[in-house]
Amino acid sequence: MGDPTSTDSYKDSSANDVHIQKWDLEIKPQSSVFDLHLKDVWAYRDLLWLLVRRDFVSFYKQTIFGPLWFFIQPIFTTLIFTFIFSNLAKISTNSAPAPLFYMAGTVAWNYFADSLTKTSTVFKDNAPIFGKVYFPRLIMPISIVFSNLVKFGVQFILFIIMMAYYLFLGNKVEPNLYILLFPVVITLMAILGLGVGLIITAATTKYRDLAFVVTFGIQLLMYATPVIYPLSAAPVKYRTIIALNPMSGLIETFRYGFLGTGQFYPGAFIYSVVASILIFLIGLIVFNKVEKNFVDTV
Amino acid sequence: MSDIAIKVENLSKAYQLGDFGTGTLSRDIERWWALIRGKEDPFLQVGEVNDRTSKGESDIVWSLKDINFDIKAGDAVGIIGRNGAGKSTLLKVLSRVTAPTTGNIKVKGRIASLLEVGTGFHPELTGAENIYLNGAIMGMSKREIKRKFDEIVDFAGVERYVDTPVKRYSSGMYVRLAFAVAAHLESEILIVDEVLAVGDAEFQKKCIGKMNDVSKGEGRTVLFVSHNLASIATLCNRSLVLNNGNVAFNGPITQGIDFYVNANNNNNSFAFRNDKPKSTDILAIRVLNLKNEPSLNHYYTDDVILEFDVQVEKDYRNAVLSIILKDQTERRVFASDFKLNLITSQSGKTTLRAIIPGNLLVPNRYIPIVAMHVPNKEVISYFDNQVMFEIEETGSKFAQFTGLDYGCVIVDCKWDEV
Repeated sequence: MGDPTSTDSYKDSSANDVHIQKWDLEIKPQSSVFDLHLKDVWAYRDLLWLLVRRDFVSFYKQTIFGPLWFFIQPIFTTLIFTFIFSNLAKISTNSAPAPLFYMAGTVAWNYFADSLTKTSTVFKDNAPIFGKVYFPRLIMPISIVFSNLVKFGVQFILFIIMMAYYLFLGNKVEPNLYILLFPVVITLMAILGLGVGLIITAATTKYRDLAFVVTFGIQLLMYATPVIYPLSAAPVKYRTIIALNPMSGLIETFRYGFLGTGQFYPGAFIYSVVASILIFLIGLIVFNKVEKNFVDTV
Repeated sequence: MSDIAIKVENLSKAYQLGDFGTGTLSRDIERWWALIRGKEDPFLQVGEVNDRTSKGESDIVWSLKDINFDIKAGDAVGIIGRNGAGKSTLLKVLSRVTAPTTGNIKVKGRIASLLEVGTGFHPELTGAENIYLNGAIMGMSKREIKRKFDEIVDFAGVERYVDTPVKRYSSGMYVRLAFAVAAHLESEILIVDEVLAVGDAEFQKKCIGKMNDVSKGEGRTVLFVSHNLASIATLCNRSLVLNNGNVAFNGPITQGIDFYVNANNNNNSFAFRNDKPKSTDILAIRVLNLKNEPSLNHYYTDDVILEFDVQVEKDYRNAVLSIILKDQTERRVFASDFKLNLITSQSGKTTLRAIIPGNLLVPNRYIPIVAMHVPNKEVISYFDNQVMFEIEETGSKFAQFTGLDYGCVIVDCKWDEV
């Protein structure tokens, strides 16, 4: 098959060319800790949108109500919470209408919790794809966060409708300037959920023990976050401990901006900003360190 | 054309054997401790060769060990080796699915790897949606896919089904669509792992044709792994033979195939010696090729010679030497025997040969069960799993069906129209 002359010159010519060749890609055992391949991620942005689209479309395929199903979960959660925590346990909602208070809490909390739980299994869930083809691994968890953002968006519309209804009825709902922090709060929730998720998924490629903690841990964490109660309702000596959870400042700020009940805690908010960004960065670094070889151990 | 597309330098890849559990944790800590103190990984130093048949001391195994090679741009390289030789590991490292343990690879141009077709296909999405998704996973931009969309659909032949979820596709259609997307990747380097073992014959021909276009027509570099030596021979102009994680041969394809087929494994699985023979017994069994050399691997077209050293006492002249050939799935293929009273040798010691004709056995691994017995009376000796041999796919009539079970023997029947 091979042309004999080209075969003979094969070795020689290669030796001469090595020094002048420019390489497009170098595959090495380990790269620097801070090399996060963000350029690579950008190059694959089309994939990101297609994955988000896939998640969204496949969610309601073969259903009659389609995306309306996104409403069902928060509506029922709100109903149950209103009944148990407001009617039975009589926990304060800072004079805001109870259903609206819980709706705000669950919608925001679910966004964070779903982003976290789904990203925390990203290596395990996608091992078949990751084991067959290369693309920047980070695309997967990011797409999860965006998919959840779409879901959050739909649920948020429900929340706005409900808020308009209570405003119309003349209940005590007072949106204020802090509403402008909403995009910041949502971004922080996203990177916090993503950051924790990345750390967990990286930590569970070899030993899966931590994965068991996530499922019930996230449920317990909700009670350590002012979702079903306002921070002001907690005893003073516990407030600092609750505020140590970065989600606390975010949920409180989110609810304060829209409902205007309770108060804004600048300290807790700034702490949340710093903690979220820090956790996110740690998550990125850990994830990047593990992604190169996780296929061998997952 | 002397540009190097891929340059592999001192590449090694180690894997840890066994299960991960509490037992491995202590070692991880030890490793981590060594790393902190700036020492070398204590568990990566044992340089063991990846020979899965012999049990090693450590549970670190080197799938690839210090390999070096260059691939010129525009070459179509067939990567040949036994199971466990390191082919898949090499492809995985090249396609960046996993990182090497040491060494590096320099690449010029974009790599597209086809370790599996249809990676990331979502059953609920339609054919069109999956084309976009799958294309993007393999590194195409949306615009690129849009431009090639019609071509892909046309190549796969699924025009009518583009808007149907792929879960309703037949498996053939599914594979065709998946391969079509992959085949239209615009990359300078294409890595293909035995994906051609799927689909019907017509489509396989189409795939081979497409890959030929890619390598010969468009001058792109192709790396192709397959057990089907016949399709490697038609597709590739160069070969890389791997053996136990090392490059055993690197050169033109025909020489590579010869090298691979004739490379005698050192585990002596083609020869057996009976250490404690009885007075009437089989002394040795050998598998020989046409050149009378002991050999594990055989061309499909060549005869395989089974040679037996036997000794027979006078009382046992009514004994019979029988062989039953089985394949590696323990399926028995045929039986044959030889009456020992036909031996003319005076001393009682002699050598017998059974010649299995070429162009008969389907490419596979075969193990003869050999027995010396007095029919219905006594089994003198019985040897199972002592020797084996392999028939390589070097161009049988059914080469295109590699991977399918089409029997154990290919028979040239007399076909006539009546």
